[in-house]
Amino acid sequence: MVTNITNLGRSGVSDWLIQRASAVILALYTIFMVAFFLFHPNLDYVAWSSLFDRTWMKIFTLLALLSIAAHAWIGLWIVSTDYIKKSCVRLGVQTAVILALFAFVIWGVQVLWGA
Amino acid sequence: MSNMRSMSFDAIIIGGGGSGLRAGLELAKSGKKTAVLSKVFPTRSHTVSAQGGITCAIASADPNDDWRWHMYDTVKGSDYIGDQDAIEYMCQEGPKAVFELEHMGLPFSRFDNGRIYQRPFGGQSKDFGKGGQAARTCAAADRTGHALLHTLYQNNLKNNTVFLDEWYAVDLIRNASNDVVGVIAICIETGETVQINSKATVLATGGAGRIYSSTTNALINTGDGIGMALRAGFPVQDIEMWQFHPTGIYGAGCLVTEGCRGEGGYLINKDGERFMERYAPNAKDLASRDVVARAMVQELLEGRGCGENGDHVMLKLDHLGEETLMKRLPGIVDLSKTFAHVDPVKDPIPVVPTCHYMMGGIPTNVHGQALSVDEDGNDTIINGLYACGEVACVSVHGGNRLGGNSLLDLVVFGRAAGMFIESALNEGIEYMSPSQSDIDNAMARLNRWNDSKQGEGEEIPVLRKELQEVMQNNFGVFRKEEYMQDGVEKLANLRERIGKAYLPDKSNTFNTARVEALELDNLLEVAEATAIAALERRESRGAHSREDYPKRDDENWLKHSIYYPNNKTLGKRDVNFSPVSVETFEPKERTY
Amino acid sequence: MSTLQVSIYRYNPETDDAPYMQEFQVDTQGRDLMVLNVIQMIKEQDSTLAYRRSCREGVCGSDGVNMNGKNGLTCVTPISEVTKGNKLVLRPLPGLPVVRDLVVDMSMFYKQYERIQPYLQNDAAEPAIERLQSPEDRDKLDGLYECILCACCSTSCPSFWWNPDKFVGPAGLLQAYRFLADSRDTATKERLSSLDDPFSVFRCRGIMNCVNVCPKGLNPTRAIGKIREMLLSNAT
Repeated sequence: MVTNITNLGRSGVSDWLIQRASAVILALYTIFMVAFFLFHPNLDYVAWSSLFDRTWMKIFTLLALLSIAAHAWIGLWIVSTDYIKKSCVRLGVQTAVILALFAFVIWGVQVLWGA
Repeated sequence: MSNMRSMSFDAIIIGGGGSGLRAGLELAKSGKKTAVLSKVFPTRSHTVSAQGGITCAIASADPNDDWRWHMYDTVKGSDYIGDQDAIEYMCQEGPKAVFELEHMGLPFSRFDNGRIYQRPFGGQSKDFGKGGQAARTCAAADRTGHALLHTLYQNNLKNNTVFLDEWYAVDLIRNASNDVVGVIAICIETGETVQINSKATVLATGGAGRIYSSTTNALINTGDGIGMALRAGFPVQDIEMWQFHPTGIYGAGCLVTEGCRGEGGYLINKDGERFMERYAPNAKDLASRDVVARAMVQELLEGRGCGENGDHVMLKLDHLGEETLMKRLPGIVDLSKTFAHVDPVKDPIPVVPTCHYMMGGIPTNVHGQALSVDEDGNDTIINGLYACGEVACVSVHGGNRLGGNSLLDLVVFGRAAGMFIESALNEGIEYMSPSQSDIDNAMARLNRWNDSKQGEGEEIPVLRKELQEVMQNNFGVFRKEEYMQDGVEKLANLRERIGKAYLPDKSNTFNTARVEALELDNLLEVAEATAIAALERRESRGAHSREDYPKRDDENWLKHSIYYPNNKTLGKRDVNFSPVSVETFEPKERTY
Repeated sequence: MSTLQVSIYRYNPETDDAPYMQEFQVDTQGRDLMVLNVIQMIKEQDSTLAYRRSCREGVCGSDGVNMNGKNGLTCVTPISEVTKGNKLVLRPLPGLPVVRDLVVDMSMFYKQYERIQPYLQNDAAEPAIERLQSPEDRDKLDGLYECILCACCSTSCPSFWWNPDKFVGPAGLLQAYRFLADSRDTATKERLSSLDDPFSVFRCRGIMNCVNVCPKGLNPTRAIGKIREMLLSNAT
């Protein structure tokens, strides 16, 4: 058993499962957005804004945002543990990644529910 | 060499094959300070190549099977120079040792009822030869040795055995009273030479098939234990008895298990005739190995061999069907595709008798204690020295080993040696410490190689090749006085040249050239002992078959031969005919 | 033309500052030798060449080497299978420290093997005879127990290169599953919980280099997939 404290799920299975679940959500979100663009060839601000006025879309988008954050956290954590062998540098990179992702999520919430 | 590092153990086991690991396991469990020293990582030992199985009366294929029947077969197979007390011990203790292996996790193949799968092997019978062919060889497909060795290694890990992996034992250290008190060894990776002190030194170094140029044995089977014992002046027993396995792959020498014939395969000559029917009307292809090997050579001599040069016969398996072959003999299918370029599902495999097993070795009792014989012909125990496995001659194989009995020998006597050493250590062992000159003696040949100078002697590969060719040509399946005489002379000449040979590479880090040099000394010791013993045993018995003395001579040679290295003479030692719990099996004419 | 050009990685820490490639010419007389035979012929020319070998028939696992870029056992690899344009390039197994020439330090590999507790664990009392096992249950061990610990797989695995101290690697995991799959083993729970971290199993990215090089034709990736399934069903 190798113990770690900077990975998201604290265990290999949960990281693995989160990464796959978040990938599915992101795939669905991508398909939805592509379809939306295809059905609205002359997309304007009104249509775009009315899409995001709907609560289910806000939730769906937030879910996608959280999925990106989780997916990126796990993915970049793995990359950093593979390639950055100096632990102080690795910890710095991991902290930066986590803070950035945190900021993106808060910013996203603000965009979705803000004015 | 006063700056040489020393290590001390209660027991040091030299060799990490089946018997070494079994002894190591027993001693590790006992909590004694022990180590297993091996010149290769233990799972690279030659036990890994054993295929067909481990013969033992566990009464799985036949619920009425009896260890006494197994004993009868083994005594008969040995051509009556197997010690009956030792064979009794092995056959009776066998089931315990096999069940232990299963409990340790060995992945035996299974019958539908969940018990261990057993297949027929050569020389097996029911009811003391009267009940027809028995199926007594417990198998894990055709990878039993691999499964056994890995299982033993795994259980040694479980019990925290200390391993000295890739260490090479050079020579035994003897004190002033000729007790063995340790060994000089080299750590191959660093080249460091270390004095290992031990109250019990166990030789489990395996065989020496590499004295022949064509052998089923691994490249590491160079008779290191026999070499060390002979150089220390200790005798070896029945060393002329070399088994030629009937089915080595023609050209490559790789083993094709007897289990092939156990599963229903058979040998054919160039006319497609199943010739074993003529030589052994009852057992046919499952006659014992010496019988089959001789029959094959006879076929070749009489011009019925296959191929352009008529120098091999064929092992036919295709009639067994692909399913059986893939289930029971998958490794063989692989091997013959790789080394014979033949798919046994469709075509027969070209095979030829190939050097396989050394029945002789260091004489021991059933506890693994090495023996010598004094001037009055009485056994004496060599203090501190033990042997088990192929290097030992307990003797359960006598003049000819039955298939599947080697793995049983390993685990039964590895275990027995471990148990005995444990109790001996508990009772307390004290030997005199070795003096500086005792150490110097053990260091002599290593120093000789290290000091050898260019231009003064020949290099190793040439000498090794020559030695192997002498053994191959002059001490094969059929032997004859004049050839052997010639061979003995050639070996004497080789001894002189090897004594002056040159080691070009004197570096320390993983110097395999030095290891090969040290191995060459051992090959020579084994070869010379074999040659002299073979020349002197003037009869035909078991695997030792002489054209000039074609008959077995019970009057003069119902005896072990004992080869004394100091004056290179051959003596005799009584065979044990006194089993404890059964009646003696009296020598009879041996037919299959 | 039957002269084979052989280029071998040489390094002796006592005399060399850095490793280098040395060229040899070997006369094969047109025979399709095994790579091991070629190495032996070179050893006769230059006895300082260091390499491991034992059984010479592909069952002991001593002689894993990188041949023209692909890991394999020298004793069961015919030169026709690996040579390109009559040239054979031999290097030690990648990713492990080199001791000398083609000999690598395998301790990290063995450590990972030992870590998975590669021995049967059964807390029930031992019966007087063998433990029974149905042929179907025994069949589950096929393709697992045959591993010869040659390290060809683990040293072809990038995940093992990056984290040889934390990722068990294909060989170790194949053995981990060999005991998980054994109907006689009762330590399933403990075995799984010791593997349930982001490194031991989950560094496998399924690229199947291990399957591609295994000289025994085994499939560690499949075994790793099975372990993952067991971990998942154990955790949910």
